[in-house]
Amino acid sequence: MISRVATVRKIAFAALTLVVAGAAGIEFSAHRRLREAVVLGPGVTSVKTLGDYFDGVKGTVNDINLYVIEGKEPGGTALVFGGTHPEEPAGRLAAWLLVEHATFDRGRLIVALSANRSATTVTRLGGAYPADYTIETLWGGQTFRMGDRWSNPVDQWPDPEVYIHHPSRQHLAYVDIRNLNRAWPGRPNGTLTERTCFAFMELIRHEQVDLAIDLHEAELQYPVISTIVTHQKGQELATLVSMTLTDLEGFTIGTEFSPLNLHGLSHREIGDHSGAVSLLFEAPEPFLDATRGKTTREQLLTGKDEFVVKAGRHGLLFETIDERGWPIAVRVGRHTSSVAQVLETWTEDHPDRAIVAFGIPRFREVTSKGVGFFLRDPATAGQGRLVFE
Amino acid sequence: MILVQLVITGLYYVLAGLLALVLVEQFVRERNWQREVLYLIVIVPLVLRLVHLK
Repeated sequence: MISRVATVRKIAFAALTLVVAGAAGIEFSAHRRLREAVVLGPGVTSVKTLGDYFDGVKGTVNDINLYVIEGKEPGGTALVFGGTHPEEPAGRLAAWLLVEHATFDRGRLIVALSANRSATTVTRLGGAYPADYTIETLWGGQTFRMGDRWSNPVDQWPDPEVYIHHPSRQHLAYVDIRNLNRAWPGRPNGTLTERTCFAFMELIRHEQVDLAIDLHEAELQYPVISTIVTHQKGQELATLVSMTLTDLEGFTIGTEFSPLNLHGLSHREIGDHSGAVSLLFEAPEPFLDATRGKTTREQLLTGKDEFVVKAGRHGLLFETIDERGWPIAVRVGRHTSSVAQVLETWTEDHPDRAIVAFGIPRFREVTSKGVGFFLRDPATAGQGRLVFE
Repeated sequence: MILVQLVITGLYYVLAGLLALVLVEQFVRERNWQREVLYLIVIVPLVLRLVHLK
């Protein structure tokens, strides 16, 4: 027989638990449902969805928007992925600037702002990440979802003991079965993440994509950083772009060749399984470093962290850092300039598949004016020119 | 393949539900207040998963 005191205690504990679980649930739900405004720039000619290319993702969380910026004349086609890893915000923000500002004379650009939308709806479990971040703008501020490296377990669960990559059968870390950049080229009857990659491959084949560019960020303790990782088909292109950017733009960027036997990554599999040249850009993001201090919105956007600086003094980093950190404008500007330079260099070598772009904010503009300067005010969007991610 | 995944996912949700029910039952029977708190803490993520929030 449970005493009356015990009964009252249990009711009080249960009520408190309901309050805590309810508050957490409301916060998780708000994060998952946060709408991010996209003002279609003058160059955007249509908005498609990934489900247009493969029914296997239609109606799912990853039936994402694809922004098509069509040139006045025909030419080549480039595809830019933002949000493959939504915990690397510079990739998404750089893609945002392309959609809101780029126009094309020749060729076309297709942009994914949330390549793995599922991963934008969750943050690192146990990582104490902020749920969102706000970029200050001339008209106030725009809030974006902070995300994770992996698809949300709510959308794909459980994970296996070992992830066996298709089709290589290479054994990878179990959790990477939800990593969009370990699931290429995907398969039509696979997991949500694999089907998302397969849908992108269908897009690449159907639209005859020439260049596939995947925008990322990396912790400073990771050796593949401040670089362009390229499939062997793009080695000359990437090397020329790297030299040009380093010479003219005021930042240093290297070139790495995609390992032949490391599978599932966009720079390997897209090149292997389609006619496209696949490239992946990495910018430095101290927020991801294991030795970071407080995991805050400020740290995410300023890239300032005394503990990462200290790690650098001990020779533990593959990129330099000082008290100025790695501000988001620097990371975004590196990406936008790199995309613009790839298109220019590609066009010089492939006049028959030229992709001639205008209006892409370059590194010096983004770093001097800030990312927010280039985000358009949703209140001023014309009819039918406002979309939500 | 997709059907197999759906079945496995469904079974995991059933397991999560059953485990939550067992924990609720243990919570009701428990006399030690510290264990009661422990049961409730364990229940929270299971419930959030069951309602597709986390």
